Amino acid sequence: MTVQQPNSFRTGPDETGKFGMFGGRFVAETLMPLILDLEKAYAEARHDAAFQKEMDGYLAHYVGRPSPLYYAERLTEHLRAASAPGGGAKIYFKREELNHTGAHKVNNVLGQIMLARRMGKQRIIAETGAGMHGVATATLCARFGLDCVVYMGAVDVERQKPNVFRMNMLGAEVRPVESGSKTLKDAMNEALRDWVTNVENTFYCIGTVAGPHPYPMLVRDFQSVIGRETREQMMAVEGRLPDSLVACIGGGSNAMGLFHPFLDDAQVEIYGVEAAGHGLTTGLHAASLSGGRPGVLHGNRTYLLMDDDGQIKDAHSISAGLDYPGIGPEHSWLHDMKRVTYLSATDDEALNAFQLCSRLEGIIPALEPAHAIAKILDLAPGKPKDHLMVVNLSGRGDKDLASVAQHLGGTL
Amino acid sequence: MTTRIDRRFADLKKDGRAALVTFLMAGDPDPESSLAIISALPKAGADVIEIGMPFSDPMSDGPTIQAAGMRALKSGTTLRKTLELVRGFRKTDQQTPVVLMGYYNPIYVHGVERFLSDAIGAGVDGLIVVDLPPEEDDELCKPALKAGMNFIRLATPTTDDKRLPTVLQNTSGFVYYVSITGITGAAAPDADRVAQAVARIKRHTDLPIAVGFGVRDAARARAIAQGADGVVVGSALVEVLAKSLDKDGKATPATVPGVAALVSSLADGVRSARRLAAE
Repeated sequence: MTVQQPNSFRTGPDETGKFGMFGGRFVAETLMPLILDLEKAYAEARHDAAFQKEMDGYLAHYVGRPSPLYYAERLTEHLRAASAPGGGAKIYFKREELNHTGAHKVNNVLGQIMLARRMGKQRIIAETGAGMHGVATATLCARFGLDCVVYMGAVDVERQKPNVFRMNMLGAEVRPVESGSKTLKDAMNEALRDWVTNVENTFYCIGTVAGPHPYPMLVRDFQSVIGRETREQMMAVEGRLPDSLVACIGGGSNAMGLFHPFLDDAQVEIYGVEAAGHGLTTGLHAASLSGGRPGVLHGNRTYLLMDDDGQIKDAHSISAGLDYPGIGPEHSWLHDMKRVTYLSATDDEALNAFQLCSRLEGIIPALEPAHAIAKILDLAPGKPKDHLMVVNLSGRGDKDLASVAQHLGGTL
Repeated sequence: MTTRIDRRFADLKKDGRAALVTFLMAGDPDPESSLAIISALPKAGADVIEIGMPFSDPMSDGPTIQAAGMRALKSGTTLRKTLELVRGFRKTDQQTPVVLMGYYNPIYVHGVERFLSDAIGAGVDGLIVVDLPPEEDDELCKPALKAGMNFIRLATPTTDDKRLPTVLQNTSGFVYYVSITGITGAAAPDADRVAQAVARIKRHTDLPIAVGFGVRDAARARAIAQGADGVVVGSALVEVLAKSLDKDGKATPATVPGVAALVSSLADGVRSARRLAAE
């Protein structure tokens, strides 16, 4: 079947919040007026030069942007040694792990917190998986003197203890979620229950490009600073655009931030990497596009892991940040339109890449981008030497040391 | 096109009293007990029966209904089995309206057209789908209305006068006023405020208004029934059911009578309301 290609991949969502058939506003009536308010506030803010200027100031001086585009020379050489003569792409890291709080998450949180301030909301709630979005939210709430409650699955609280401590240190209240699979999806359910209860004063700061419209759009817009910088930096260093982009995907915000500014550059190959857990054939994975089908959850229609009755299945991944049975709706659309190629990496592949990157580049990546690095080990050797490949190093690995040690058969 | 729901509310209006609307989860705690419980409701005094379609991720429900959904899923309840339950109920009751309540994904996966024809075939009269606001009416609401099914909408304290017409536009059967902002089973609303809200909605529609969330006993049901056309009770019934189960979560001889007893008491409360008002 051939796919009818649109003139531009960058015009979505439409006025109903849809990317093709994906996205939308599947929420309880109680939340509908809030979502409409948020849409209006964002529409005004994005055209307000003062809002942009203030955000740019914090991005530069508080977050530490722009993040470097770094030539990963030893990883490049390592893969060239395994390539055919003349092969082996030139690999660049977009160093989002150097942002304040150690991941890309802060880009989005800054934007949403500034919107919350603009809307006069004093109480911020968030869901978190690996804890990076929770830490970023707790950080900016501390910075701006806002109340912060973070919902986190009880399983994730256990495997990401350092981040729980960080959030507490920053003055946030972390509420462990005991329902369902006790991971990210359940944290999101609980955050939605809080929001529906505390509609007057509360702003829900969603951590990824999912949820009801306008969240997938505004999170994407706030994260697109990654891709815009990458364009400029690559032009400055190499005098041209990259040939390929690679990023890991749970909900998909770091990937969408890198990809979106390049979607209409047809010559740029784009790869998203989902978490294959124990392997796609085992049923124990978090690869919604490879192993799921379209459904409706958490306010949007998107690819989901579910059974034949439409009950959502638990996702499985070594990485708490990818352990989600859905994916942002724009990714689902880009998948169906075949603009982005979606691959997957297993727990073991990610663990291998985690160690390789640490030893070759002196950069300990988070387990999430370790999935992306795992796939460049496959992709780069098949490309010519002058192929410029950018991988989004979306977070640093400090939070994962205990669980990696455990998987490698030791303890800290 | 009139449905069992339209007829029931019209009859009760003639009687000068409000409807008791009961909610229980399909398949809680198992298919056979669930059918026995649902079948006992009309005799105990339920006027409209809401049956929950269990879903793995009930985002608008509190712990009580969440637990009911988990018990139902664990006992093997699927959307198909929920429809079988309604079919079973209809063998003994052709009059009492049945409304299915739940979330969209199981219906979407089942296929909207197939679901509507299966549900009508089973004897379902109306639908409440929590995560389908008017903005998504093309999904299920419009096809359901076209198929002759009532599509019942939730109105909430955040639904202001400006938004009410949007919410009411494609609503039929009755309007379900959620009396608090929050999840099911949360704190009880103030009866005067509820009456004011019902009066506000009535300025926009001739449909009956049923009020739910936080109604736990006969006294509260009576207070709400003074100012509304229906009183919805869910979490309190599910709690009585849950407390009657043995330590393995299985039904006991106390399960059906326990639920029926609370329904009877609530029905007395609802039925005494307008009498009190008239005296």
